[in-house]
Amino acid sequence: MSMKTPLIGFAIGLAVLAGGAVVAGSHVDKNVEAAVKARKAHMQLYAYNLGILGAMAKEEVPYDAASASAAAGNLAALARMNEGSYWPQGSDSLSMEGTRALPDIWDNIDDVLVKAKALTDASAAMEAAAGTGLDGLKGAMGAVGGACGACHKAYRQPDS
Amino acid sequence: MRCGMVRLLGLIILGTAGVFWLITRPVSLPDDALAGLTGRTDQGERVFLAAGCGSCHMAPDATGAARLVLAGGQRFPSDFGTFVAPNISPHPEAGIGAWSDPEIANAVLRGVSPEGAHYFPAFPYTAYQRMEMQDMADLIAYLRTLPESDAPSAPHEVGFPFSVRRLVGGWKWLFAAPDWVLQDPADAEIARGRYLVEALAHCGECHTPRGPLGELARDAWLTGAPVPGKDRGRVPGIDPASLDWSEGDIVEYLTSGFTPEFDTAGGHMVEVIANFAQLPESDRRAVAAYLKALP
Repeated sequence: MSMKTPLIGFAIGLAVLAGGAVVAGSHVDKNVEAAVKARKAHMQLYAYNLGILGAMAKEEVPYDAASASAAAGNLAALARMNEGSYWPQGSDSLSMEGTRALPDIWDNIDDVLVKAKALTDASAAMEAAAGTGLDGLKGAMGAVGGACGACHKAYRQPDS
Repeated sequence: MRCGMVRLLGLIILGTAGVFWLITRPVSLPDDALAGLTGRTDQGERVFLAAGCGSCHMAPDATGAARLVLAGGQRFPSDFGTFVAPNISPHPEAGIGAWSDPEIANAVLRGVSPEGAHYFPAFPYTAYQRMEMQDMADLIAYLRTLPESDAPSAPHEVGFPFSVRRLVGGWKWLFAAPDWVLQDPADAEIARGRYLVEALAHCGECHTPRGPLGELARDAWLTGAPVPGKDRGRVPGIDPASLDWSEGDIVEYLTSGFTPEFDTAGGHMVEVIANFAQLPESDRRAVAAYLKALP
């Protein structure tokens, strides 16, 4: 239940914003720009917390159960957040500068939600594993990376 | 006098035709190349993953167990046309189930079909030719264990003159050098990394720029290249001058797909990582050691 609600909210948010964008016209308005900023900030928070876990996985810093758990908890919380308002219609890479979000996102909402669910699951598994030891943390890393990568592969414009 | 000229001209034409015939003919492995070797399926899986066979030969966007159904159908655009990966599942008609072991080995290591025609080098036999014969035998044994698919292979969409397969023989003669790019690896780990990068994983096919005829610029080895068939995007350089990641960073990337900034791999690299994540960590470390050992 708690898993499903944000996803439904995400879908409703997209639908509502799609309607709004049609009314607002094709120019990029402030709300759209703010939404793009917000999702980039969200991604940055994923990266920051993954950095703490990754440094331990790479054995660049000693394993610490408390900070691993804290970072993994943040990661899982981020994945559970409702991102619906981050993705308004017209905020794709063809409609505006400064984003690599492909228009395919809005044409494949069902698949996007499946991929979002994969990240929720993988980060929940990381949350459960991170405090149990370095091997647990390392073992959970691959699924998180796979979930991030699956969406990026399908829906992000390659680096130019 | 005129008669002599005609004869000379005839000789030149005949000679040219002969040289053309010689240069462009398909060259197969010796008949006994696999003699005495027994394929081991467990070892073959490791070769299969490192060589990335499934990444190109599974159906487009296959997930889960379907990744092992090598039905073909993925499209690979290039400057010379679009290549479509064929069915290489063990199905006796649609796939390669009826092929003999030497026929499969000739395809993979020499780019020659059972009918004696050249394959286009979109199939990376120019890298695979460096594969050890035991690995080839193991890979064949493993391929025969995979599920069958009856999906027919689609023809390549390649226009004249590139569609003339005989010309591929000339391309091979000019460009398919079997020697290693990195000479004299300093230790066994770097040698293993060289084998993975230059032979099995065929990293150079995407990460090395190409010349006008699609040949790899070996003097710019792994320095990055445009994405084939796309106007934008670049396959990044991974030689020491282009990539400042630590060996640990490279190992992590090949394990989870995370870059040092905790961004993720994109494009076809996602498939490569899905394979490499299943290899022993020693293999990922060997790739990192090799990349660091490049000049």
